[in-house]
Amino acid sequence: MRIPTMNETEPILTTWAIEVEALCKSFGNNRALSDIDLKVGRGEHVTVFGPNGAGKTTLIKILSTLSKPSSGTVRLDGEDIRNDPVRIRRRISLVGHETFLYDDLTVYENLRFYGKMYDVPDLEEHIHEVLSRVRLKSRLHDRVGILSHGMQQRVSIARAMIHNPSIVFLDEPEVGLDPQAVTMLRDVLKSINTPERTILMATHNLKQGIEMGDRVVILNRGRIVYQASREEIDTASFQEIYEHYTGTGE
Amino acid sequence: MKGSLSKVLAIFWKDILLEIRTKEIVTSVLVFALLVVVIFNFAFEPETAAMNLVAPGILWVAFTFAGVLGLNRVFAVERENSRLAGLLLCPVDHMTIYWGKLLGSFTFMLAIEIIITPIFLVLLNLPLFLPRLVLIVVLATLGFTSVGTLFSALAVNIKARDIMLPILFLPVVVPVIIAAVEATALVLQGSPWGDMLTWLQIMIAFDIIYLVVATLVFQYVVEG
Repeated sequence: MRIPTMNETEPILTTWAIEVEALCKSFGNNRALSDIDLKVGRGEHVTVFGPNGAGKTTLIKILSTLSKPSSGTVRLDGEDIRNDPVRIRRRISLVGHETFLYDDLTVYENLRFYGKMYDVPDLEEHIHEVLSRVRLKSRLHDRVGILSHGMQQRVSIARAMIHNPSIVFLDEPEVGLDPQAVTMLRDVLKSINTPERTILMATHNLKQGIEMGDRVVILNRGRIVYQASREEIDTASFQEIYEHYTGTGE
Repeated sequence: MKGSLSKVLAIFWKDILLEIRTKEIVTSVLVFALLVVVIFNFAFEPETAAMNLVAPGILWVAFTFAGVLGLNRVFAVERENSRLAGLLLCPVDHMTIYWGKLLGSFTFMLAIEIIITPIFLVLLNLPLFLPRLVLIVVLATLGFTSVGTLFSALAVNIKARDIMLPILFLPVVVPVIIAAVEATALVLQGSPWGDMLTWLQIMIAFDIIYLVVATLVFQYVVEG
């Protein structure tokens, strides 16, 4: 049985899944994000590019309620994340370069633990469903610690999908994977990219990012310096655009 | 409330499963506590006045330092692989995470004490059946782990956490340890219930204060 996303069980308040207004984040005197304005439509897939230290992870941490903004507003599905973060967390999910999994527990035990934390109905059935989607059903009772990094990352995607979130944040999920594992991961990520699901992905992989995004954003030194829809982008020349806006080509 | 309880139990069961697999906390802590009790047993002759005087102290020194060793691991397991972020992303109040972790720390420490206390009593030629000592151990362990779990979360991101945890934590938990030592001395001397009532009341009062304050403060400790 497919569990409904939060969008299906609760009234839709706005057409925007993610609304960010004048968002700033500082660590002491260090400004990590400055006046970020970003709107992501329901079901849209936005890719955020940027060099190391551009603020991608900070942005995703704030959007996923793991960190508090210094100023500005963030609304997910029309709801300010400061109002009821527990409620917000039911509809979001995060896949980072770290998997959040327990190496000494089996794939099944990890998914069962997170499923219980999200009150997932028909959990057993759902565990099998998400594992089929990431093509790891045969590794159900293997300890996560013995799996390759690529497989662990796929289990992490299954973990993130266990409660069928309507908004998914991906923070450089391909980090540390070999090219074959990246290809496999890309296929798995495509399978979670459904019309009702909003995805915001931070990545260094320009080719994959453009391929998967409806829109791309370049973040540099905590500011959005470039935005364009996929139709507006010439894939061949995007490397130059990226280098121009981030100063990495100099 | 029912939903929160099931999540507390999910975190607790996850920690129990991890401990069954790794045996990291129980093995190291048990060996340490056992060593302390055995070494002190050689230092003082059993059934002498000196031993009767120091016996409660030996027991609680063993439990306290062994407990600190165990508390160091309580949140260390969540630090690796950013698992704490995974927990904080779950749709639960932070106090649910605290209570789940507390239940695990309390159970692990109590398990160690259940093994060490009879060995300690046998080595010192003391009677094995001391129900009042059980009450003292439970009350002191609750106070110890309630504040210890909070400090374990606080110390998890500090580089020198193995040193910082006891420095930060022991001064705060000292009232409970003193009360436990005094009450244990009275039990070992065979004093009546009335004599140890004050120490039991102190432990209960500190348990309540620690539990309430730690529950309220925990979210500020783990939030980024």
